[in-house]
Amino acid sequence: MFTSIDFVSILPEILILALAVILLCVEPFWKEEERRNAGWLTAGGLFLIIIISLLFGQPGEPTAVFGGMIRFDWLGFFFKLLFMFAAAVTSMLLMDHEKAGGRGEAYLLLLASVLGMNLMAASADLIMLYLAIETASIPLYILAGFLLTDDRSTEAGFKYLLFGTLASTVMLYGFSLIFGFAGTTNLYLLSDLFASGKISAVLAFSVIALVLMGIGFKVAVVPFQFWAPDVYQGSPTPVAGFLSTASKAAGFAVIVRFFIVAFPDYAPSWTVLLAALSAITMTVGNLLALSQTNIKRLLAYSSIAHAGYAMIGIVAFSQLGAASVVFYLAAYIVTNLLAFGVIMAFSRVTGSDDIKDYAGLSRRNPWLALMMLAAFLSLAGMPPFGGFVGKVFVFAAGVQAGYVWLVIVGILNSIIGVYYYLNTMKYVYLYRLPDEDEEDHPVLLTRPYAIALAVLVIGVILVGTVFAPWFSWSNSAALNLF
Amino acid sequence: MNFPILSVITFLPMVAAVIMLMIPADRKTEVRGVALATAAIDLLFSGWMYLQYLLGHMTGYQFVEEYRWLPALGISLKFGVDGMSAPLVLLTGIVMFTGVLISWGEYNPEKHLSAGIQDRPREFFAFLFLLAGGVFGVFVSLDLFMLFFFYEIAVFPMYLLISIWGWVKTREYAAMKLTLYLFIGSVVALVGALVMYWQAGQNTGIYTFDMLQLEKAGFSASFQNIWFLPVFIGFAVLGGMWPFHNWSPDGHVAAPTAVSMFHAGVLMKLGAFAALRVGVMLLPQGAYDWKWLIMTFAGIAVVYGAYIAFVQTDMKYMIGFSSVSHMGLVILGVSTLNHDGLVGAGVQMFSHGVMTALFFAITGMIYDRTHTRQIPELGGIAKVMPFATIGFIIGGLVSMGMPGFSGFIAEFPIFMGVWGRAWLLAVVASISIIITAAYIMINIRKVFFSPMPEEIEKHHIGDITVLDKVAIATLCFCMIVIGIFPAVMVPMVETGVQHILALLGGQ
Repeated sequence: MFTSIDFVSILPEILILALAVILLCVEPFWKEEERRNAGWLTAGGLFLIIIISLLFGQPGEPTAVFGGMIRFDWLGFFFKLLFMFAAAVTSMLLMDHEKAGGRGEAYLLLLASVLGMNLMAASADLIMLYLAIETASIPLYILAGFLLTDDRSTEAGFKYLLFGTLASTVMLYGFSLIFGFAGTTNLYLLSDLFASGKISAVLAFSVIALVLMGIGFKVAVVPFQFWAPDVYQGSPTPVAGFLSTASKAAGFAVIVRFFIVAFPDYAPSWTVLLAALSAITMTVGNLLALSQTNIKRLLAYSSIAHAGYAMIGIVAFSQLGAASVVFYLAAYIVTNLLAFGVIMAFSRVTGSDDIKDYAGLSRRNPWLALMMLAAFLSLAGMPPFGGFVGKVFVFAAGVQAGYVWLVIVGILNSIIGVYYYLNTMKYVYLYRLPDEDEEDHPVLLTRPYAIALAVLVIGVILVGTVFAPWFSWSNSAALNLF
Repeated sequence: MNFPILSVITFLPMVAAVIMLMIPADRKTEVRGVALATAAIDLLFSGWMYLQYLLGHMTGYQFVEEYRWLPALGISLKFGVDGMSAPLVLLTGIVMFTGVLISWGEYNPEKHLSAGIQDRPREFFAFLFLLAGGVFGVFVSLDLFMLFFFYEIAVFPMYLLISIWGWVKTREYAAMKLTLYLFIGSVVALVGALVMYWQAGQNTGIYTFDMLQLEKAGFSASFQNIWFLPVFIGFAVLGGMWPFHNWSPDGHVAAPTAVSMFHAGVLMKLGAFAALRVGVMLLPQGAYDWKWLIMTFAGIAVVYGAYIAFVQTDMKYMIGFSSVSHMGLVILGVSTLNHDGLVGAGVQMFSHGVMTALFFAITGMIYDRTHTRQIPELGGIAKVMPFATIGFIIGGLVSMGMPGFSGFIAEFPIFMGVWGRAWLLAVVASISIIITAAYIMINIRKVFFSPMPEEIEKHHIGDITVLDKVAIATLCFCMIVIGIFPAVMVPMVETGVQHILALLGGQ
């Protein structure tokens, strides 16, 4: 019944499940103060899974497994690696969170969510896709509202749950329409059906619109972005970081597969739609970020803007475009996790997320300030950090496809971005504490932060300088889409 | 495999920046020691490279290194220098070395002196060296992608350097203005570069960022006409080209001394060089068709910059606008697209870099002691700082284009070149020489030789340090040597110009 390729294709998921079971069995026997070690277990386990997957689980030729439910190819595989990396780092950042770090459930939920995301990236069937999206989302609803005694967190959890369910039901309605008209739920069969002209263009578009709304919510593109700032602000910071990176990237993995594989013949139309969304998303995200005083809200709007940049690669509808989206997301995940990691490390000591409280950080902890600088410059698209290369590739794909106007919109937006990112860094480097006694108020890092942030900062620089291996992976991910 | 001298020159400062960041923050002397040692080694390497090129009578691109970085998109780390860029590499080495010397950071409360960088020198030198690495990278890159990569690296540390260590009154405003101007310029040029990349790939079937390949891409005249201006002006913003020069004097004034030296001495050359390298050399037909516009802008910059410099009362603003005027001459020389003009532009880039670094260094020394840069409030500096006075006078003579100094060697061919294209413009532009002479001489008389005001007298200011003297002597030496023996630079620049003229195809 099951062949070895079936097994290999879901090797990471099997291992994640095993890790979750181990965590579940071990954690109750730990003493209260030892429970944060669940973070080490999760992070270590995930890194081990990444290595095992790289050694034994690399896909060859794309194959459909489990009766076409799952596609075993590089697109899914590379995204899986990214999600697991993000989750590993997030669990390290969670460890010293005052209220969430000592509770094993948090790590378990994180693992459950990653399991769902992995399947999102790999699924080739609407039913599988929907199940995967729900598996990924429901643990995140809980994680967002994890701090029960904190009103903002509860609000964030509820808001995310309500809007998330709404978006997913709308998307499910779209899926059901597809099945009703096409008689199949397999993405790879849909493209032929839609190409044959048996299904009307009106239907195709209504389906595209409905699905776009569901996925648009996940990746937070305008006009489905409104939940993001409130949820990011209220959630525990590492969870917000995870939401803004892995969850967003999972949405993009679905967009890439769904639009490019199932609707290639309608590409001239939906690329225009996505181009418009991309331009609006970038502009709205960046303009609203300008006036933020809370750093988590600032990053929320900036992450909305980044969804817009990444979308340029999909609009390009080419192999380079898809590869550049994947590369962009890889760079963005590492960068934004670094940014949220710095914020987490800072707020753990100071208890504040206000930008003005970052004054004097470069004297309170020069290393943390440098890491924040690396993260923000990378977000702004400056070399030698990953964000620069990602932006250039995405823009190059846009220019190649003839979307020069969209690239120019992107460039104008990145100038706005430079302004507010540097403005934030001004507090860190230029301003001082009211009494100028920074030496007496150091911001110390605990071990999990030191390790996680060091890994991330090296990652940001590696992606930005030695970009050939990452690009060739991204390229193999895009290779079989066209 | 030869010794990869260009990679070493480029990456040494960046490595040193990382090493400095590893040193504990309170060990300032060690940080300064590492900085000075690195700068000295880099200067030796770039000087050695320059001498080899000069004495070997080399032509074309030399010391070429190529590492395939991302073959899928035709990106490679390709370094090489020609007669145009070799002097600029040397210039960067010189400015970096002297910049470290004058930022050393002597603190002497008795003499009312806290010169150089006292606050967080570790971060200061690290950012400065990152910037220097970026600048070297642009001058030696033969790959368009890498050129942008290094160009951006050279831009953003500027924001931090100015906003953290700059002049309290205007630093936040000036730093942000400068960064946004330069970033806008560079990304506009980036779009042009991406378009060139795809168009060249379509024309030749080879998708590559290698500029030596792009030179042969055969862009159509209409394509060149559309994309020349965005690319050229995008880069020329950093060259302080009128009407996009506005960021530059503000940036000069707000920046700490070493950064002003870097900024006016090297960064503005970066803009002019990249505009020449990417704009003119890759899109020669566009340059030919638009030269009237560029010449007009440059001509206005030359005279207007000199006039605004003349009416300034702040020494740094004066030098800042004089930089706009002198960089206008560089762009004017480039826009003539003939032999004389281009040779002049090449030499002027070096000459002005050294000269303006000297001006800013001395202005910084005066400001550190008197705490003012207002020309009316200053006086009698010659009594206490004779060495600096001589340095300033030499710089002034270069600025006026006196024979016997490098300024003459640079400006004379530029005016010759302009005469060949539009004699009227040459006449108009030469007015700037008179204005320059006026403001330099007035400034020298007032600041250095008029009686010392009581306000300054009572502070008992002291002379400059030995390190400062070494810096001034180094800079003056360069200007005099080129003035007396033009053969140390002009033939070399000419070899670079030959290549550009070949691309222009005899137009």
